[in-house]
Amino acid sequence: MTADAAIEAIDVARTYALDGVSVPALRGVSLTIAHGEHVALVGPSGSGKSTLMHLLGGLDQPTSGRLRIGGRDVAGRTPAEMAHLRNATIGFVFQSFHLLSRTSALDNVALPLVYRGMGARERRERAAVMLERVGLGHRVGHRPNQLSGGEQQRVAIARALVTEPAVLLADEPTGNLDQTTGAAVLELLEQLNTAEGVAVVLVTHDREVAARARRQITMRDGRIVSDTAVDEAGEAAG
Amino acid sequence: MRLAEAWRVALDALRANRMRSGLTMLGMVIGVGAVVILVALGTGTKNEVQAQVEGLGSNLLLVVPGQVSLNAAPAVSRLDQSDLDAIIRIAGDRDRVAVSLTSGENVRAGNEQVFTSLLGVLETTPKVFLRDVRSGAYLTRTDVETGRRVAVLGSTVARTLFGERDPVGQQVTIAGVRFRVIGVFAPLGQSLGVDRDNEVHIPLSTAQRLLATKRVDAFAVKAPDAETIDRLGRDIVAELHRRHPDEEFSAVTQEQILGVLGDILGVLTAVLAAIAGISLLVGGVGVSNIMLVSVRERTREIGLRMALGARPRDIGLQFLLEAVLLTTVGGLLGIAFGVGASLATAALSPVPAALTWWSIALAFGVSCAVGIVFGVVPAQRAGRLDPVVALRSE
Repeated sequence: MTADAAIEAIDVARTYALDGVSVPALRGVSLTIAHGEHVALVGPSGSGKSTLMHLLGGLDQPTSGRLRIGGRDVAGRTPAEMAHLRNATIGFVFQSFHLLSRTSALDNVALPLVYRGMGARERRERAAVMLERVGLGHRVGHRPNQLSGGEQQRVAIARALVTEPAVLLADEPTGNLDQTTGAAVLELLEQLNTAEGVAVVLVTHDREVAARARRQITMRDGRIVSDTAVDEAGEAAG
Repeated sequence: MRLAEAWRVALDALRANRMRSGLTMLGMVIGVGAVVILVALGTGTKNEVQAQVEGLGSNLLLVVPGQVSLNAAPAVSRLDQSDLDAIIRIAGDRDRVAVSLTSGENVRAGNEQVFTSLLGVLETTPKVFLRDVRSGAYLTRTDVETGRRVAVLGSTVARTLFGERDPVGQQVTIAGVRFRVIGVFAPLGQSLGVDRDNEVHIPLSTAQRLLATKRVDAFAVKAPDAETIDRLGRDIVAELHRRHPDEEFSAVTQEQILGVLGDILGVLTAVLAAIAGISLLVGGVGVSNIMLVSVRERTREIGLRMALGARPRDIGLQFLLEAVLLTTVGGLLGIAFGVGASLATAALSPVPAALTWWSIALAFGVSCAVGIVFGVVPAQRAGRLDPVVALRSE
């Protein structure tokens, strides 16, 4: 196991029981996400990339295999311990933003810090810094319905990063955005990846989006079928 | 911090669904209000009955035919003058024995008329019971022994027949026979909606003649002290039983009367409390139901919070607080409603209502408890959601 791995999966499988029939979603995946990496996870729907993302994000536990998140093995951990692990290590960005609608941008961003037990004042200070960081310093008091889609996703990114996670998991982050806005959001993610050193894992089926990452992992039928580094020009090397 | 957030979220959720929260609370308002009102009425009635029984005088023994209990019908009296003499012998002093022969009669004076309780009594009544004469005088032994047609009026009767005039020395007609008014009682007031001042006392002998009977309905004996009261009661009952072998008699003390009345009021209060309890239960079920809806509606939010690091406990607490908030706010409104209704009842009607701090504390405690009991299942359900499934829900 690599010491500086943010997430490490060894022969991880995940099987769902549907009406007594076990359906394999992941059939043995080994993968290491290093600190500061920029990875795109691609594949058709049903390929297992969502399942893999849930596992990498500590939202789910593997049926077999070993999974270490932030250097800690997830095996046998209680839901509360997993919650703590997610809060400490992972930032999530969702396709549909998942912002609390009756809550200001500032308090949306501060939300993960609540579950860290941080005081309200410090939470808001940190959230304000983070909103400034994603270019929304002038929108702190706005509610999600007062923000554009691109702005909402920026708020979500600020929320994902306010805990200073090792890994930011973004599930189709541009799926609900037009091309220009989507590109700006991707640019922000890349910029944060470089500047903050947070590893970014993008789940997407958009080839163009995937091409911007420095590493592409392609999945099919619950397995990784290719895992390649991408050169600066955006062309797959292998 | 987590608790503060849970409170904030719970409050916010209630505000977001004002109509729904209000209707859910209404169940609690009614339930808790009913408990407060019923306890107030029960306590008020009990206090009043107690004050009334104690207000009769001290160390009293009431002797009546039949049994005194919840399930006994009142018996018709076969007691008469000779029984009275026997009881006076046992009591050792005529002044310790009061008697009554009761009948409902019309009393007239001039054009005014009132239906009242006519009591044939001895001159000893004020020595046994606490009963003050406001003007004039009470009956004398001579009045009783010679069967004079003289009457002492209760204050209601006096006011109805004579208004502000002093009735003493005036004539009244009772069951077609003329009586001279010799005194008027000081008012006793109402009790449980019954006017205790609507009565007229006349000598027992006169009453027996008027009603063409020899009977006596009940005796009251004043014991010299609390220690002798039980033995005196046993002696009297034994003597009466010897004189009327095929009949039952009871000699009851004030404590026993209070005990019997307490039993009646206790059963009544229990039944009413059970009904109020059912409405609380229904209110609680409503809370449970709404919380389940709320959990379902906010499944995505639950998934998000879990993804961001909320533990099952944090989520559960959030929903439990929401339920407790619903029931306690409802409970507080119910207490306000109950207190208001009790005070209004006591002020505007003859029904007594006494508020007690413990009933209010109990109502509040029950509100919290209902929230916890009926909130725990939805809260657990929320806390046990799988974050992956919750995030995906629509």
